[in-house]
Amino acid sequence: MAHKECVAMILAGGQGSRLGVLTRMVAKPAVPFGAKYRLIDFTLSNCHNSGFDTVGVLTQYQPFALHSYIGIGSPWDLDRNTGGVHILPPFVRSKGGEWYQGTANAIHQNAAFIEQFAPAYVAVLSGDHIYKMDYAKMLAFHKQTGADATIAVIEVPWRETSRFGIMSIDEEARITEFAEKPKQAKSNLASMGVYIFTWEVLRDFLDKDEKDRSSSHDFGKNVIPAMLAAGRRMMAYAFAGYWRDVGTVESLWEANMDLLSDRPELDLYDPNWRIYSINPTQPPHFVATGAKVKRLIASVGCRIFGEVDNAVLFPGVYVGPGAVVKDSVVMHDAYIGKGAAIERAIVGPESVVGDGSQVGLAGEPATAKAITVIGDRSCLTAGSMVPRGATVE
Amino acid sequence: MKDVLGIINLHENEELLKELTRQRPLAAVPFGGRYRLIDFVLSNMVNSGITNVGILVKHKYRSIMDHLRSGKEWDLARKRDGLFVLPPPDHTHYANSIYKGDLEHFHTHIDFLQRSSQGFVIIAGSHTVYNTDYREALRYHQEKQADITIMYKTEPPAPGKQFSLATALTVGGDGRVTDINVSTGRIAGGDISLETFIMRKELLLQIIEDCIARGEYDFVKEGIVKRLGRLRIFGCPFAGYMAKINTVPAYFQANMDLLRPEVWQDLFLKSGQVYTKVKDEPPANYRDQAAVSNVLVANGCVIEGRVENSLLFRSVKVHRGAYVNNCVIMQKGEIGPNAVLENVICDKDVKISAAKRMIGDKNYVMVIEKGMIV
Repeated sequence: MAHKECVAMILAGGQGSRLGVLTRMVAKPAVPFGAKYRLIDFTLSNCHNSGFDTVGVLTQYQPFALHSYIGIGSPWDLDRNTGGVHILPPFVRSKGGEWYQGTANAIHQNAAFIEQFAPAYVAVLSGDHIYKMDYAKMLAFHKQTGADATIAVIEVPWRETSRFGIMSIDEEARITEFAEKPKQAKSNLASMGVYIFTWEVLRDFLDKDEKDRSSSHDFGKNVIPAMLAAGRRMMAYAFAGYWRDVGTVESLWEANMDLLSDRPELDLYDPNWRIYSINPTQPPHFVATGAKVKRLIASVGCRIFGEVDNAVLFPGVYVGPGAVVKDSVVMHDAYIGKGAAIERAIVGPESVVGDGSQVGLAGEPATAKAITVIGDRSCLTAGSMVPRGATVE
Repeated sequence: MKDVLGIINLHENEELLKELTRQRPLAAVPFGGRYRLIDFVLSNMVNSGITNVGILVKHKYRSIMDHLRSGKEWDLARKRDGLFVLPPPDHTHYANSIYKGDLEHFHTHIDFLQRSSQGFVIIAGSHTVYNTDYREALRYHQEKQADITIMYKTEPPAPGKQFSLATALTVGGDGRVTDINVSTGRIAGGDISLETFIMRKELLLQIIEDCIARGEYDFVKEGIVKRLGRLRIFGCPFAGYMAKINTVPAYFQANMDLLRPEVWQDLFLKSGQVYTKVKDEPPANYRDQAAVSNVLVANGCVIEGRVENSLLFRSVKVHRGAYVNNCVIMQKGEIGPNAVLENVICDKDVKISAAKRMIGDKNYVMVIEKGMIV
């Protein structure tokens, strides 16, 4: 097998349980985002754009949609003669075999996969974050600083530090302390879950971690603290730009809405850093006479006869005459009937909102900011009323 | 349909498309927001189950090669059969060589025809745009025990409608074609040929050999018309939407037709999807000041101005205060702030500067050539 300098391992087995019905049938990395993408498109596109051509995708929870989506990786130019994309679900060995027990265990179970390429470095990435990042620059930083591990960090607001793994660093950006979700943070540099390791070093620590019965085999909780404690050279690589881990319905909705501002922080229109995805075969979308649209992101195949204000429409969405869609995300092939009204909602793929239905309009004052969710393939009959913040399965 | 070989014949008259075909063949003319003309016939063939397609490329074919590449988007990058680009005869590359006709081109690739395993051929051009499943036409061909079947659409004459450089069939009650009029001017209507022919491959080979042996080089006029008496030639009626795109007005009208939801439905979805080269554009983005009505918009567009009754191809930008009405703006067009465009076709990469006014006439649209900065 050809030698590769760096192998990227994408962790894509997570459930994303706080996304509720949206991840009932698909793993979190397969959740649709931004009118035509799935979350994993960002990491895969970053790999391609950074020149990383050898990628393992570790899957476990509800993998079918993800497996068929990634396929042989051609949309991300990862169908390669040497390297390319490899889907790595848990597997059975001659003596047993087990589910991935944690992020570190998942990489450990695939050590043989990594060794085939005899890499000097391994990048460990999350498959469910939204950001554009040049991993090649981070790798150059890792090599230049002679690090054993490099962790990408981003400044987060101080009030949110308790949600993240927080790094304290010295003047040369060497990590001095790591605190997972601290109550009293000493820094506001949060780990993005993007790591580059010198493979030899990581392999040893994974082996040690594997033998530790008390470990939960997690990078953030176990491996990183162990490496720090052992005095390994751990560097922080500062990232500036848009980065979101959309763990909840609210944050997924917000990240979609972020795209609608006049100058979005996440620029999808940069031809030099394109985000790739599977492109559905559909005609350009149609906005009819009498329709009203503004602050809209829409993909192919949509037909819009009603009013759309501040919304994200995925391929093949139909918005009937007199329908009003506001502050919402409508996923692929959903049908919004005549005169229906939708506000602050996420409408799942292939669902039907019957004529004259009202989704997310009325409710208690306490739910004023709540997001209403219509699960995939749900069918609301004509005149249905779905209160604000409700979830329809 | 594994037994049918598809042949796309790009020997088409493109003179009347003027600027639009200066740098590209008719088949590569962008159409419908994200397609090129060849996508429609090629998708028809693929959706009909045809797995072997040869394309007779005549000239200026870089854009076609770039568009089709391996044929992957049409599912034609196959181990056996698939997509074959058939270049023109060698001598056409030299100065002073005389173009004789498409049959010479067929003859150049007689090996390809003989070697292909299929028993039937469907020969079609790229400038007749329609969506069909050829299985129906093949069934008709076999039921009629025809030697050759020509697909046609009945177009009753209507005010303001005419067909340039079209071929009209005279079809008898039994479906038999009794006359073929290859018009060099305009006709008001009638049974207009879709330039789509079905026959056994053996018959095609025989026609090619016979014609070449007699110094005849025109497939339709000499290969087909001259055999009207000798062969069973039938017309197979087609009922869906059809556009013949061989003049600038016809091109413009066919694009505008797509703004009718029933045509959109018919041409893009009826018998199968229309495939094209993937560009990975981000979704279209309508900003706060956008005001649009009756438009077809492709991915990658950013709209901040007013757009009405128009088609925007991929990655078109319409800046604030701009007004675009009754226009076709091709890929990467940019309409500057406060510019006004009416009845205009902008070819690819056209930039209209701020506050410019470009007004064509409803009956004579203005064409702005590829890459122009106005």
